[in-house]
Amino acid sequence: MSKEEYRIVKGQVMVPYELALGRTWSTFYDCLKEEKIMGKKCGKCSRVLVPPRSFCPRCFEDMDEWVEVSQEGIIETWVYVNMPFFAQELKIPFISAQIRLDGSDTGFTHQIAGIDLSDFDKLREIVKLGGRVKAVWSKEKKGNILDIAYFEPVK
Amino acid sequence: MGKAIAIIGTGQTRHGRRSDVCYPDLVREAVTAALEDAGITLKDVDGVVLGTMPSMMEGVSSTHFYFAEAMGSIGKPVMKVETCGSTGQSIAHCGFYWVASGMADIVLVVGSEKMSEGDGQATMTTVFDPFFQRTFAAGAPGVFTMQSMEWMYRFKIPEEKGRDAAALISVSNHDNAMDNPYAHIRTRVTMDDVKNARVITYPVRLLDVCPASDGACAVIFATREKAKKICKKPAWIKGLGFRGEEFFYGESDKSIWMSATEAAKEAYRHAGIRNPLKELDVAEVYNPFTYQEMIFYECFGFCPRGEAPDYVLKGTFMKDGKLPCCPSGGTLCTNPIGATGLVRLAEAALQVTGKAGERQVEGARLALSHAMGGVDQFNAVTIVGSKL
Repeated sequence: MSKEEYRIVKGQVMVPYELALGRTWSTFYDCLKEEKIMGKKCGKCSRVLVPPRSFCPRCFEDMDEWVEVSQEGIIETWVYVNMPFFAQELKIPFISAQIRLDGSDTGFTHQIAGIDLSDFDKLREIVKLGGRVKAVWSKEKKGNILDIAYFEPVK
Repeated sequence: MGKAIAIIGTGQTRHGRRSDVCYPDLVREAVTAALEDAGITLKDVDGVVLGTMPSMMEGVSSTHFYFAEAMGSIGKPVMKVETCGSTGQSIAHCGFYWVASGMADIVLVVGSEKMSEGDGQATMTTVFDPFFQRTFAAGAPGVFTMQSMEWMYRFKIPEEKGRDAAALISVSNHDNAMDNPYAHIRTRVTMDDVKNARVITYPVRLLDVCPASDGACAVIFATREKAKKICKKPAWIKGLGFRGEEFFYGESDKSIWMSATEAAKEAYRHAGIRNPLKELDVAEVYNPFTYQEMIFYECFGFCPRGEAPDYVLKGTFMKDGKLPCCPSGGTLCTNPIGATGLVRLAEAALQVTGKAGERQVEGARLALSHAMGGVDQFNAVTIVGSKL
């Protein structure tokens, strides 16, 4: 029997989930509805983390202080994604990026859009490491990360 | 670093698309090969450690149940460990700890993956948090490319130099894989092939990226006493290091990469290595992506920060270079993820025992092996040597 003759069985596993955001992240998403991006500041190391954390990962201390950060920031790094896979949420091509919002100490993961993604060479002139971007809000807020529709380059 | 422990046998499957075997049979192929290599039987094995990627990869949860017979664990204690891409090294460390604790004389360590059966990138995307980052995730290529872009920007590496060095890494890994009968991808490629390949996640192109492989690997650890009795030429564990960092990608500096740097430092401390470029004879660096491989060279102290492309272009890490890296063809040509970190260690062990066949680096005595896992989160290093 040749290799091609061995049989393959198709299968799929689907399981629904209900995931608790908890107190800190519920507050973050409540604030996104009001078009505010909130971080948390560590009382010990003074870092401002966005997404906020209930405790500082480095100091292991509770983080109690909420801080509103800017809706603008710099591109720390980005990637042009042209690779499809099962259950992918965004349509390819898209740009995924780490954005350091002014007033925060971490990269915030989101997409850069609102620009023509079809011509890569033109795109590279617009999207640059260290370049500035600002949040563009979705009109309808669903309480998820796409309440910020995307970040667009600041002209 | 505790007691002297040796590797007394290794076994690998032929890697690639293995629709000729069901998953447990693939595992048994590696286990049988390792037992034969060590010249022992299952009766001699006191315990079994295994690891794979998350269950979504093949759609079977908790594979230590599924593989119980195939890995010869009936009637024996079993441990499962998984740390995503670094699983293969984590299970090796676990095997070491088990034997070093004195609770077992001989432990069998098994890693496997059958990536042709599922959707690797969809599985890896589930490693991201569900609330903030997963929406924008693009499996392994997305995150490793972001990291590589950050690194090139930080050290002002010109795009063309980075591109040339990455292409040369691809060419030399593909050349090396021609010497490895177990490798998945065995074709030669040219610099132009790499530079003109389809864009996956710019600037990363198809030939900068590993394949999705089916494969398994088994490695047998033994006490000093057993090793001396059973094995003519064991590979001795000289050092190991493991470090993790924050879960959220944006919270740590991936161009310096603490976990990779510190894991290597710890392993060097155990092994008494001060100048790795000079003292190591060969390295099996976990290199699913050409660009990212250069960051590892810097983290492991093979060259100064920001200079890896220069060292690559000088041929430092080629088969005939100062420190040959991945004479097996590396992860770039073979990546059954749950097995891959263990394959790196098995290849390092083959090198220091002179059993690496066509891919042997002449006179290799001290070898580094490595793997990385999660969203750039964990790094593990194991160093083996020919002398106790």
